[in-house]
Amino acid sequence: MPVLARTLEAANLSTVLVTMMPYWSEKVGVPRTLGVEFPFGHTLGASHNVPQQKRVILEALNVLAEAPEPGRTVHSGEIWGESVEDAIQSWQPKEPSPIIAELTPKFRDMLRKQRKNKTP
Amino acid sequence: MEIDMTVDSFKFLPRIIGKFYQMTEREPSYPIPWTPLERPIQECKFGLVTSAGLYQLGVDQPFDLERERTEPTWGDPSFRRIPAGIRQDQLGVSHLHVNTEDVLKDVNILLPVGRFQELVDEGTIGGLAKWCYSFMGYQGFPPDTTLWEEEYAPQVAESFHEQGVHCVLLTPT
Repeated sequence: MPVLARTLEAANLSTVLVTMMPYWSEKVGVPRTLGVEFPFGHTLGASHNVPQQKRVILEALNVLAEAPEPGRTVHSGEIWGESVEDAIQSWQPKEPSPIIAELTPKFRDMLRKQRKNKTP
Repeated sequence: MEIDMTVDSFKFLPRIIGKFYQMTEREPSYPIPWTPLERPIQECKFGLVTSAGLYQLGVDQPFDLERERTEPTWGDPSFRRIPAGIRQDQLGVSHLHVNTEDVLKDVNILLPVGRFQELVDEGTIGGLAKWCYSFMGYQGFPPDTTLWEEEYAPQVAESFHEQGVHCVLLTPT
């Protein structure tokens, strides 16, 4: 999605990206970013929580209006109202995506080997 | 009260996925594109773009999840055009990487058509484009966004210009 923001901005549209991953947005170089500490799939807040969704959107509009230069990230102060453990469980699909199912065992194995090599 | 906070991008990620992101090298290509906002927000017409994998039930084809299931390193790069006036029960979602139950209850968490219509009615913004756009966020592994950048996003930009849009809010999943 950060590349879509860049492409639309390059096509003479002023953009703002709201994201749970400002880390990645900064790596790609997004024109204007509002970071939110929400679980994935809930970018603007909890379902039916109209006041929260509105606060996040107004923050994003503020970033759009006030960002002084490209690459600006603002961090929202909104707090997710569910425990981290519950949120991690609830945002994920019931079955791992195909790529996660395929890569996780291989990646875990690679990390295990890296750790082993580091051990004196 | 304003809270001074730095968002932790990894807070809600399983450790193994977080580790993967942290090990992925990426540097921004400069210059970062920049279109200055040339009018007050109250006069701006907005377009909405999400990567939630939304489509119109009975109108659009869902995104191609069958191919992704048989070819996990591939993600459907196409997009769907969604009317801003769509009702919740007219929406479908294709996405294998997030639980889609909540967006099927309230689309505004990813495509805020209701919230933006309220902002128009209150006079906070100037307008909302009739057409919104939905992509599906997973673009393969390693991600390949060539079609997004070279074909599909320019088509969306052209449509937004035809609709008199000045600003775009983007909401990834």
